Amino acid sequence: MFAFIIRRLIQAVFVVVVISILAFAIKQSVGDPVRAITAQSVSAEEREAFRDQLGLNDPIIVQYLRFAKSALHGDLGNSFFYQRPAVDVILSKAPATIELVIVASLLIIGLSIPMGVFSAIYPNSFFSRLLMGASIVGVSIPVFLTAIMMVFLFSVKLGWLPSFGRGELVDLGGWKTGMLTLDGWKHLVMPSVALSSTLLPLFIRLIRSEMMEILESEYVKYAWAKGLTRKRIWFVHAFKNTLLPVITVGGVQLGILIAFTILTETVFQWQGLGFLFMEAVERADASLLVAYLMFVGIVMVGVNTVVDIVYGMVNPTIRITGVK
Amino acid sequence: MKKIIMMLVIMLTVAFTAQVQAKTLKLAMDADPVSLDPHVQLSGGMLQYSHMVFDPLVRWTKTMDFEPRLATKWERLNPTTVRFYLRKGVKFHSGNAFTAKDVVWTIDRLKKSGDFKGIFEPIVSSTAVDDYTVDVVTKNPYPLLINIATYIFPMDSKFYTGKDEKGMDKDTILKTDYTFANMNESGTGKYYVKTREQGVKVVFEKFDGYWNNACNVDTIVLTPIKSDATRVAALLSGDVDFIMPVPPQDFPRIEKTKGVQLATMAGARIITLQMNQNRVPAFKNKKVRQAIVYAINNAGIAKKIMKGKALAAGQQGPKGYLGYKDSLKPRYDLKKAKALMKEAGYANGFEVSMIAPNNRYVSDEKIAEATASMLGKIGIKVNLKTMPKAQYWDQFDAQVADIQMIGWHSDTEDSSNFTEFLLMCPNKETGYGQYNSGNYCNPAVDKLILASMSETDINKRSAMLKEVEQLVYDDAGFIPLHWQNLSWAGKDGMNILDIVNTMNFPYFGDLVIK
Repeated sequence: MFAFIIRRLIQAVFVVVVISILAFAIKQSVGDPVRAITAQSVSAEEREAFRDQLGLNDPIIVQYLRFAKSALHGDLGNSFFYQRPAVDVILSKAPATIELVIVASLLIIGLSIPMGVFSAIYPNSFFSRLLMGASIVGVSIPVFLTAIMMVFLFSVKLGWLPSFGRGELVDLGGWKTGMLTLDGWKHLVMPSVALSSTLLPLFIRLIRSEMMEILESEYVKYAWAKGLTRKRIWFVHAFKNTLLPVITVGGVQLGILIAFTILTETVFQWQGLGFLFMEAVERADASLLVAYLMFVGIVMVGVNTVVDIVYGMVNPTIRITGVK
Repeated sequence: MKKIIMMLVIMLTVAFTAQVQAKTLKLAMDADPVSLDPHVQLSGGMLQYSHMVFDPLVRWTKTMDFEPRLATKWERLNPTTVRFYLRKGVKFHSGNAFTAKDVVWTIDRLKKSGDFKGIFEPIVSSTAVDDYTVDVVTKNPYPLLINIATYIFPMDSKFYTGKDEKGMDKDTILKTDYTFANMNESGTGKYYVKTREQGVKVVFEKFDGYWNNACNVDTIVLTPIKSDATRVAALLSGDVDFIMPVPPQDFPRIEKTKGVQLATMAGARIITLQMNQNRVPAFKNKKVRQAIVYAINNAGIAKKIMKGKALAAGQQGPKGYLGYKDSLKPRYDLKKAKALMKEAGYANGFEVSMIAPNNRYVSDEKIAEATASMLGKIGIKVNLKTMPKAQYWDQFDAQVADIQMIGWHSDTEDSSNFTEFLLMCPNKETGYGQYNSGNYCNPAVDKLILASMSETDINKRSAMLKEVEQLVYDDAGFIPLHWQNLSWAGKDGMNILDIVNTMNFPYFGDLVIK
């Protein structure tokens, strides 16, 4: 186990280094940050002097080495727009995204398992057919459209839910949470439903097909023959094995969920990391861009490590190399 | 008896609630101020902020006249000196009294600000004659001194002097890092910044010591909402009271919705295309340039693409500016355009490249596409490329395409500024023609603009600037498209049109909500 974690840490460092190089390359082509923070009438000389001052005129290698050196001390540079360290900005915006992703994941898990299992056990029932039909539609509607339609229906037409933002927040020692106020929850509903709508249909279908396959397998037939109760066969023998591929896919899909937060957060003016990233791209806020990409990279490596560990626990027959 | 007591209680409650009912304005804009330091960036957003928290010496009215604010009057003592008389009894948010010293300090600081030093370059010195009188001296006679005085938002010199906790000078101006002034303010404006979470929310609260109490809004909550659709939805769902800007595709919807109102007004930003004469020899031919101007139906663009919320232009400065000449109309005439192409020897047309931004001006990408297809009708094949503004300006400066789009708003609200940046012969040393990617160069135009910069007789100046517009019009030095309208929308009972103006700095300190 220890060796496994060490190996993962080394992998994480490698991933981060690669991401930082890629991010640096991207940064060159998103545009000129100096333009975004100076007036149009400012003279070319003045702008050039400012660029010099920020070190943007140095060769890219020099810029990268300078960045890497301070990054080792935990300093990823200043966000031009926020006028403070990019790491601070990321940390202050992370709670918003984490809360959104958690609620969306809970929705996905809480809904996809019963729905998927039900439609596997009763594939011919009306409800199962309805679910399958709806999930096809759900999979094919892009998230920003779902989000905009929800705003139109629930905020503009019906006036039930607020259209943007996070609402009233409670500050828990730097972690600003919207989960402790009614207003905060009202604001959470639409963004988390919109975000979960991207992956929910996929998971229902995945669980359904896995479960159906397993219900046909020899050991399940044997269990029936042995006269076990239905509940035991469905939920202990079949369902547990259904989960294996679901966990693997789930870990990989988390990346997609994070990618979709960019769209969801933009539509709902949800002040999290996805929104931050969009704005950073638009403003060519280079340090913030690089910091965001590195942060997401670390999160992804972390999540996949956890997924691998959980996988080993759920399926003892599979030995993760290095797990002793 | 019981009834009477009940009545009294009810009446008292009503009277009481009416009295304490503080009006709050929930405002959504596309961005929030980048800093609390008015000198850190010259941009629409920062000027909107400055008008809320600070107050200028003078400001523009809706009809483009000057209105006294912290300067009650001013007079020209001699060709190079203007004397400002300051308002008495004005206090800063810190409690310090506002005096001439603060004005002098502010002008000195403006001359150090990267974004403002260009505008304040003509000023040589300013001196406090007494506590409420300031003399401002310019290098040469400078006709636009009052215009630039609209950018002088006096700052609290005592508050911004000294060292902060980190040992930095409090008056430091930095765009990308912490400074005292970026995080703290003390102006004389109607509102002070109560709380601010950058990018999320700014709460402005009424300053009790303000010298003028025209408006009844005590609190303004500014939330930036970046996405156009979300901003409109926030207004329609009642989550916010006032939005700006309003995307043109939603104009009809807002106009149709009960309870909200749309306000639009002709703006002063001209959208133009420049034809690069250094890249395309044909553009050196005046007839070809004229043919292109004749071929572009800019009135059609204003009507169809801009939904009527733009005014097709034939010149640079809009009506109300000194150089505006009534006779210079948009000139769409396809037949004439074709004839001119033939005369110039390009009956078969030619091929050019064109670039335009896709998120800088209202509907910029669609406008570019429309003009490209219009040029197709006179045989000019256009290869159009559009890109986000973050990448656009480097390409623009590098002059990578034959036709390039640029919109311009005059910082001084004066006609000469357009020509100075867009059409004077490009000159690296003087900086004139900085955005003249068409490389149009007419020495007569340059001479007139330079002369106008030190001509203080308004009639003579006006004549010069009109002549410039005429010369450029005859030369077809650029392709004028339109002046885009500004747009705001709010709930009923909000007197939007009373506080807005062509500069797009709504004077929220004057807002009265019914």
